[in-house]
Amino acid sequence: MLQSPTNDESRVRVPNTNKGQYSPNPNPKGDKKQNRVIRFLNSQKVAPYVFITPFIVSFLLLTLYPTIKAFTMSFQRVLPGQSHFIGWNNYERIFNPTFYKALQNTTIYVVLTVVILVVVPIVLSVILDSKLVKFKTLFRASLFIPSLTSVIVAGTIFRLIFGESDASAANQIIGIFGMEPIEWRYNSWSAMFLMVVLCCWRWMGVNMLYFLAGLQNIPKELYEAAEIDGANVFQKFYYVTLPFLKPITIFVITISIINGFRMFEESFVYWETSSPGNIGTTVVGYIYQQGIQQNDLGFGAAIGVVLMLIIFVISIIQLLLTGAFKRSDE
Amino acid sequence: MERKSASLYKWLATLAFALISFIALFPILGLIISSFRSSSELMRNGMSLTFNLSELNINNYSYIFTQASEYWNWYGNSLIISTLTIVLSLFFSSMVGYALALYEFKGRNVLFVLVLFIIMVPFEILMLPLYQLMINIQLIDTYFGVMMPLIVAPIAVFFFRQYALGLPKALMDAARIDGCTEYGVFFKIMMPLMLPSFAAMAILQGLNSWNNFLWPLLVLRSNDMFTLPIGLATLLTPYGNNYDVLIAGSVMTIIPIVILFLFFQKYFVSGLTVGGVKG
Repeated sequence: MLQSPTNDESRVRVPNTNKGQYSPNPNPKGDKKQNRVIRFLNSQKVAPYVFITPFIVSFLLLTLYPTIKAFTMSFQRVLPGQSHFIGWNNYERIFNPTFYKALQNTTIYVVLTVVILVVVPIVLSVILDSKLVKFKTLFRASLFIPSLTSVIVAGTIFRLIFGESDASAANQIIGIFGMEPIEWRYNSWSAMFLMVVLCCWRWMGVNMLYFLAGLQNIPKELYEAAEIDGANVFQKFYYVTLPFLKPITIFVITISIINGFRMFEESFVYWETSSPGNIGTTVVGYIYQQGIQQNDLGFGAAIGVVLMLIIFVISIIQLLLTGAFKRSDE
Repeated sequence: MERKSASLYKWLATLAFALISFIALFPILGLIISSFRSSSELMRNGMSLTFNLSELNINNYSYIFTQASEYWNWYGNSLIISTLTIVLSLFFSSMVGYALALYEFKGRNVLFVLVLFIIMVPFEILMLPLYQLMINIQLIDTYFGVMMPLIVAPIAVFFFRQYALGLPKALMDAARIDGCTEYGVFFKIMMPLMLPSFAAMAILQGLNSWNNFLWPLLVLRSNDMFTLPIGLATLLTPYGNNYDVLIAGSVMTIIPIVILFLFFQKYFVSGLTVGGVKG
C-alpha cells in the first residue's frame, strides 16, 4: 500500500517519456500536468471542495459582498461612477415621519399576520386531523391552492373583490349586514386589512400543512391516557397537543416574522409605491422608493441596515423567549 | 343519543371545512368567471357576486390569443427563466447538498451553518448593492441577471443535504472500487437516488421563479424582457386599457400551475413546506 503513490508516479511518467516517439502530442509536459490535475481533482479529499464551489462562489458574490457593500454604501452618497463618504448623514435622515409610518405599518402587519397565521392554522389542522371531518384530502388541497398564485395575480383579484363601487363583492356582502360601502384602498384600517387578508389567504393552507405534519408526531397513547384521566377535548388540546406542536410553532412564527418584515408586494399590488398618506407604505417599499425610484442607493442601503438590525434584535429576543439556545446545548 | 350527537358534530365540522375551502377557492373561481365578462366594466365596478349568464363571452380570450403578442412575449420569458432556473439551481444545489451530507472535510460544519444563516437573511436587505453590481457587470435587463440570486438556493441545498443524509455511504465505496471517479459516483449512482428530492425542489424553485417579483422588477427594464408578474403589474394602472389582457392573462398564469399541482400534489407539498424537514 505504501508503495502505491510511487507506482502511480512512475505510471504517469512512463508513457510520457515515450510519448514523443508514437504520439503526435507536441506537449508531453502539458499532458502530464493534465493527468495530475485529474488525479488531484478526483481524490476524496479534493472532490467535496469541487462540489461546494458553486456555493462558495455564490456566497462570496451574492451574500458576503452585498452585505459589506450595504454597510459601506449606507455611509456614502452613491452617484454613478463616483461615490463619496458622508458619515452618518444617511442615518440621520432615516428618522423621518415617512419611515416611522412605514415601520409602524410593517410592525402592525407582522403582529397581525403572525397571530392569525399561527392560531387559525393550528385550530384548522387539529379539527382536520380528527375523525370528525370527511374529504380531508380535498379540503387540504383547496386550502393549499392559493399559495400557488403570485402576489400580483392574487392582488389583482383582491382589488376586484374589494373594489370601491357598491357593486363589488366585499361591499355587497357588508351591505347585507346593513353597512355602508367602504373605499377599501383609501382608509388606513382597511388598507392594513387588505394586505393582511391577501397574505393570510395565500399562506393559510401551507401553515396548516406544517401543523398537520407536527400532529403526526404525537403518540396516540397520550390521548388515550388523558381520556382515562378524564380530560375533556380542550384539556387534551392544551396539555397534549400544544406542547407537541411547540417546535413547529416556533418555526412558523420565525418565518412569519421574517416574511412580514420583508413585505413589499402585498402593498405594491394595491398602491404601487405611493399610497394616500402612506397608509400602505412598508419598510421594504420605502427602500424601493428611495433606493430605486429616487436613485438614492446610499440612503436606501441605510434603511436596509436598520431593517437588518431590527430583524436581528427581534430574532435574538424570540430565540431567548422560546429557549432555542437551551435546546441546542443539550 | 351519544352516537347521534357524534354524527352531528361530524356534519358540522365537514360543513365548516366545506365553507372554509369555498372561501379559499372563491377568489380564483371569481377570477375565472370574471375573465368571461367585460373587463373594463369589471375594473370600474369590481367583481360582483351577481352576474348574468347571458353576458358571459370569450372576447377576452380571443383578444389575448390573436392580438396580445406582448403577453405571449412575457409568457415566453417567464417559461425560459423558470426552466433555466430549475435546471441550473437543481444541478448546483444538489452538488453542494450532497457534499455537505456525505463527505467528511474541513469546514463542513461552518459551511452548513452558513447555509442556514443565508436562509435567514432577507434578500431585500442585499438587493440594492446587488442591483448596483448588476449595473456594473452589465447584467441589467438580461435573463441571467434575473436568475442569478436563485441559482444556488440555500433552502434547496439544505433540502438536498437532508435527503442525501439518508443515502447509504457504502454504495459510494462500492462504486469507487468498481473504478468510478468521485464525480461518476455522484452523477451516475447517487443523483438518481436523489430524484424524489429533485421533484420537490423543481417545484419550489419553479414556483419561486414563476412568481418572483421584486428582483425582476429591479433588473428588467424593457417591456420585451418582462416576466409575467412584472408585465401584468404594468397593466394594473387606473388609466389602462388592457384589462382584458390583465384578467384573462392572470387566469392563464395560474391555471397551468393548478393543473400541475393536481397531478403532483405530493411533490408540491414537500417542496413548499421545505423548512419543516426534520433535522
